[in-house]
Amino acid sequence: MHADPKGVLTGVHFLDGDHACCEGTLAAGARFSAGYPITPSTEVVERFASRIPTVGGIFIQMEDELAASIAIQGAVWGGAKAFTVTSGPGYSLMMEHIGYAAMTETPCVFVNVQRGGPSTGLPTLPAQADMMQARWGSHGDYGIVALCPSSPQECFDLTIEAFNLSEEFRVPVMMMLDECVGHMTEKVVIPKAEEIEITPRRFTKEPPEKFHVYEPKENQVPEMVQAGAGYRFHITGLTHDERGYPNMNIDAQDRLVRRLQDKLKPLANGRGLCETENLEDAEVVVVSYGITARVAQRALQLARRRGIRAGKFRLITAWPFPLERIRELAGRVKAFVVPELNLGQMVYEVERAAAGQAAVLSVTHAGGGVHDPEAILNAIVEAARL
Amino acid sequence: MSEMECVMEIPEDAFNPVEPFLRMDRMPHIWCAGCGIGTTVNCFVRALLNSKADLDKVAIVSGIGCTGRVAGYAQMDSFHTTHGRAIPFATGLKLANPELQVVVYSGDGDLFAIGGNHFIHAARRNMDLKVICVNNMIYAMTGGQSAPTTPGHATTSTAPYGVFEPAFNLVSLAEAAGASYVARWTTYHVMQLARSMEEIFKKKGFCFIEVLSPCPTLYQRRNKMGDGLEAMKYYKKASKIRHGAPTSECALTKDGEIVVGKFVDRDRPDYLELLRSQMVESLGERYAEPEMACEDAEVTCSL
Ligand SMILES: Cc1ncc(C[n+]2csc(CCOP(=O)(O)OP(=O)(O)O)c2C)c(N)n1
Ligand code: SF4
Ligand SMILES: [Mg+2]
Repeated sequence: MHADPKGVLTGVHFLDGDHACCEGTLAAGARFSAGYPITPSTEVVERFASRIPTVGGIFIQMEDELAASIAIQGAVWGGAKAFTVTSGPGYSLMMEHIGYAAMTETPCVFVNVQRGGPSTGLPTLPAQADMMQARWGSHGDYGIVALCPSSPQECFDLTIEAFNLSEEFRVPVMMMLDECVGHMTEKVVIPKAEEIEITPRRFTKEPPEKFHVYEPKENQVPEMVQAGAGYRFHITGLTHDERGYPNMNIDAQDRLVRRLQDKLKPLANGRGLCETENLEDAEVVVVSYGITARVAQRALQLARRRGIRAGKFRLITAWPFPLERIRELAGRVKAFVVPELNLGQMVYEVERAAAGQAAVLSVTHAGGGVHDPEAILNAIVEAARL
Repeated sequence: MSEMECVMEIPEDAFNPVEPFLRMDRMPHIWCAGCGIGTTVNCFVRALLNSKADLDKVAIVSGIGCTGRVAGYAQMDSFHTTHGRAIPFATGLKLANPELQVVVYSGDGDLFAIGGNHFIHAARRNMDLKVICVNNMIYAMTGGQSAPTTPGHATTSTAPYGVFEPAFNLVSLAEAAGASYVARWTTYHVMQLARSMEEIFKKKGFCFIEVLSPCPTLYQRRNKMGDGLEAMKYYKKASKIRHGAPTSECALTKDGEIVVGKFVDRDRPDYLELLRSQMVESLGERYAEPEMACEDAEVTCSL
């Protein structure tokens, strides 16, 4: 299905990542957003607040992030496509409702423009230190999707992808920007509505008397309903059976929680997005994402000039992590170099995938700026010598 | 005890008019004998019956707690959310799908401790929500800890030597925050409570009913106030119906007078009306009415 032209600002624009992300939400069909202001993400909802009344939808500024992150889920069950936006401390407050969205299989999008932490940290400066929080931040076992744009154009494109994936898999999807990508201004091309593919909500065709709200259907994903349509369904954050009724037994827990993770397997195996360069002959592969991938690009150039066979693996889908692809590479390269604006997070996944077959060098940065390409280059040189 | 003993023959074809409103496949419910929550649910169903509500268009949202389980027994679109967050969930639901009658049904701890901030803001916005609070003056689900409603001198599992923090006066708080309708009843006042509920189904804006309700298991017993029946006797004896009473004079105490009645019934434009008029004022023809929910869930969403 194609995008509704009402929300699509077709044309060539000069936009920062936050604004491009907002245009992505509108193109994807989001008509409801609830937010709470926080730097460096507020521009996303400021733009939404100014655009949405002429498109046909609502922005509401809630009293805190707990409220914002659950209001969007009420809106989803009311039939809307909805998202919220935050950074740092606000993301921490949203964790409970990321868990609620995972447990209730509520399709929705959380935009996190990452800034330096912990706590209030560096409100206006970049980091990529919420990557593990995005995956594991709420209690219990569950699965989510996280996408990492490297440019304003990708902030637009991937936001649409985020909504599409949330509808397909019925999971909360995290748009993991960083302050640099959020605030950098570049050319953004917004295509015509008919060129934008939208995944429609998978509403059930079953009549109410036959419908079970959590019966696994295609690819283990249950079908959606919305309030007011006569289904009289029940949703709970308690462990539940296929009827949505609380069920406190070990088997029900096992069935449900495993399915919440397993339904994302198609994404982990093959469908995850990444950008690669020079992997054919690579002896060293730089694994990076977001703004750091752009800094790493320079280091890769310099390394090639020095005759080092360096390749690039840019994570776009960070979660589910592309374990198989990294494992396959590990069998034929010497080492991975993993620069990130944190003290080492996604590098754990790379190590887990490499499983000792290749060396893994972490290039850390506590946030507040970006790496010096030299630092990444040095790691590449060191890796090539191994 | 003997005055309660009566033997009743139940004919086989007996029909309880409440049943179509409840998920009978989930019975028996979890509530204790003598608990007041079931009584309030009965009143709620009576109110729905009397108001001839289309149950397909009523949604109920609860937080977490013994009262939070109400949503799970209501045969309508029902949402058991997270602790304290029923109101913001309901806010999103209502705004996406304004034709729904959205009822929030939750406990005193849920709505006024962890969820207190959401309560005052929804009242301030005059969000069109019907909030029913079962006030048992305790955190029941977790085993009888203090709530912001526990009256002074009562003991709880976390205040074994007596509560000394001042309690919230819920009706006064609701009025001050901007609620359009504020009433209080007890589970003794079943007729009045049902009528009050019926009334708020017809009223626009943020409506609040506090229902004083016994928790014999964790509150009455610990405080030597007897069982559910004793609570009814106390409610009967101590209650004074004073419609329109100044809410500031209606604070509850451990064993004193209970002022009940309808305290506030005023007309204020609700959130969606305010939103619309501001947008029309600023944007004129450019304003597009929100279109979010699909009319028919069987039709693929066109947004
Ligand atoms: C975030 C969070 N904190 C704490 C709890 C534990 N908890 C469950 S119910 C409850 C209190 C409920 O009290 P109230 O709202 O008065 O409901 P009642 O059981 O008395 O009807 C608490 C603290 C929880 N579920 N979630
Ligand atoms: S613990 Fe108290 S509030 Fe909970 S069901 Fe029992 S009597 Fe009712
Ligand atoms: Mg309580």
